[in-house]
Amino acid sequence: MKLDTTGLESFAPLHGGMDDLHGELWAPPSFDLPVCADFDGFQKNAIQMVKPAKGTTTLAFVFKEGIIVAAESRTSMGGYVASQNVKKIVEINPHMIATVAGGAADCIFWHRNLGVKCRLYELENKRRISVAGASKLLTNMLYSYLGMELSVGTMIAGWDEMGPSLYYVDSEGGRLKGSRFSVGSGSPYAYAVLDNGYRYDMPLGEAAELARRAIYHATFRDGASGGVAIVYHVGPDGWKKLSGDDVKELHDKYYPAVQVPAEQEMMQITPL
Amino acid sequence: MALSRDWMYENNGGTCVAIAGADYCVVAADTRLSIGYSIYTRDYSKICKLTEKCVLASSGFQGDIKALQKNLAAKHLIYQHQHNKQMSCPAMAQLLSNTLYFKRFFPYYAFNVLGGLDNEGKGCVFTYDAVGSYERVGYSAQGSGSTLVMPILDNQLKSPSPLLLPARDAVTPLSEADAVDMVKDVFASATERDIYTGDKLEIVILNASGVRREFMDLRKD
Repeated sequence: MKLDTTGLESFAPLHGGMDDLHGELWAPPSFDLPVCADFDGFQKNAIQMVKPAKGTTTLAFVFKEGIIVAAESRTSMGGYVASQNVKKIVEINPHMIATVAGGAADCIFWHRNLGVKCRLYELENKRRISVAGASKLLTNMLYSYLGMELSVGTMIAGWDEMGPSLYYVDSEGGRLKGSRFSVGSGSPYAYAVLDNGYRYDMPLGEAAELARRAIYHATFRDGASGGVAIVYHVGPDGWKKLSGDDVKELHDKYYPAVQVPAEQEMMQITPL
Repeated sequence: MALSRDWMYENNGGTCVAIAGADYCVVAADTRLSIGYSIYTRDYSKICKLTEKCVLASSGFQGDIKALQKNLAAKHLIYQHQHNKQMSCPAMAQLLSNTLYFKRFFPYYAFNVLGGLDNEGKGCVFTYDAVGSYERVGYSAQGSGSTLVMPILDNQLKSPSPLLLPARDAVTPLSEADAVDMVKDVFASATERDIYTGDKLEIVILNASGVRREFMDLRKD
C-alpha cells in the first residue's frame, strides 16, 4: 500500500524559479580545503599554530519575567589574554540574542549568518522567526561541518509567540531546549552560584544580580574568564542591556578588603 | 615545522602596532623578514595601504599575507566599481574578517592589525586573530613581539572598557606626535628582547590631511 503523502508537500515556491542571489543567500557558505594526506592532523596542527581566540563563561536562565543572559568579556589565545573587552552577547534581531562561547571567529561568523537567515525568513513569511526555528537553522548549518573542529557553544534566547524560549546549540550537533544553561570553561563555577540562588519567581533586580554574581565567581576561579560582566534581559518587548561591570570592581563590592589591625606596631626610636 | 606536502606554513616573524587617536591613526611595523634563525631581508614592508583611509599591517607568513592583500585589493576594486566610492575603514574591517573566515579550514597564517579613519574622521584600529575574529580597539600589537609590546601599551594607554554601562570612548587621549614617539619607544624595547624584530621601523600616519610615512633605524642584531 502506498502512503498518501500529498499532505506533506510544502507550498513554498519551487527552487527552479529563483535567481542566483536567493540561492546564494540560502546556501551554506563554501570553504577552501587544503589538499593533504592527513586532513584531521592538518586541522589539529593548524588550530594549534594559529590559536584562534576562544571565549569562556556565559549563562542564561528563564524566569517569570523573561530571560536573563550574562557573559564575561575575555578572549584568550592559548595562555595569552587577547582581549578583555570582547562582546560575547550578540544581537540577532531586536527580540533575540545569542551568546558566544568556544571559538570567537566561529561563533561570530555563524551568528552573523544566522542573522541573515532570520531576516530572510521574516521577509519571506511576514512574521518574526521563532527561537526554535532560529536555533534549528543554526544547528543545521553547523551540522554540515561536523567533524571539522568548529568550536561553537552558543545559547539562543528570545521571546516569541510561545513566550520566553532558551535553546543551547553546539558544534557537536547538540540542540537542547531548557530553562537554565551555562557554557564555557568557567561554567562549573557559574552553575554552582546560579543553581544555588535560582527561583522561578524572582523579581528582575534579583535575577540580574544572581547572574552578575555567577559570572563574577566564574571569573574569579577560571583563568580564561575575566574582564567585564555583562547582563542582558529579554522581555516581551525585546532585549535590553542591564549592566556592564568590571569584575575587579565587583570583587571590591562583594568582598571589600578588611583592615586587619596590627598585632604589634613598630615604635619610632629617637637617637640619643 | 619544515615545509612539506602536509605543512605549507612558515613564520616570518615581525611585529605590528597600531594606535588610534581622536583624529589620526598610527600604524607601524618593523621591516625584518626571517625564516628560523636566518634574516632573509632587512627591508621588507609589512604595511599595505588598502584605501585612502585604511592601512593593513600583518605579521606571520608573508606568502599568505601577500595573497591576502591582493585578495582584499581586488575585492575593494570591485566595490569601487559597484558603489562609486572607496570602502570605509569599518567596512574594510568586516571584509577582512569574512575573507579570513572563508579560509577557516586552511587559514591564512596572518596576524593582522587594520588601522585608519572611520566615517567621522576618528582614528580606528581593528585587531584580528588568524581566522577572522575581530574587535575595534584603541590600540593593538600583533606578531612575534606583541607579548612584549602590549603590556606597555596597556600601561600607558588603557582606557575604560567600551562594554561598561554607560559606554565610554575607545580612543587614546594622546596627541599625534606623542603617539609616534610612543611607537618608536615601544619598538626599540621590543627589538631588545625579540630576535625576530629589528632592522628598521616603518611608521604610517593617517590623518585628515592624508597619509604620511616615516622610518627609524632599529638594532640590526
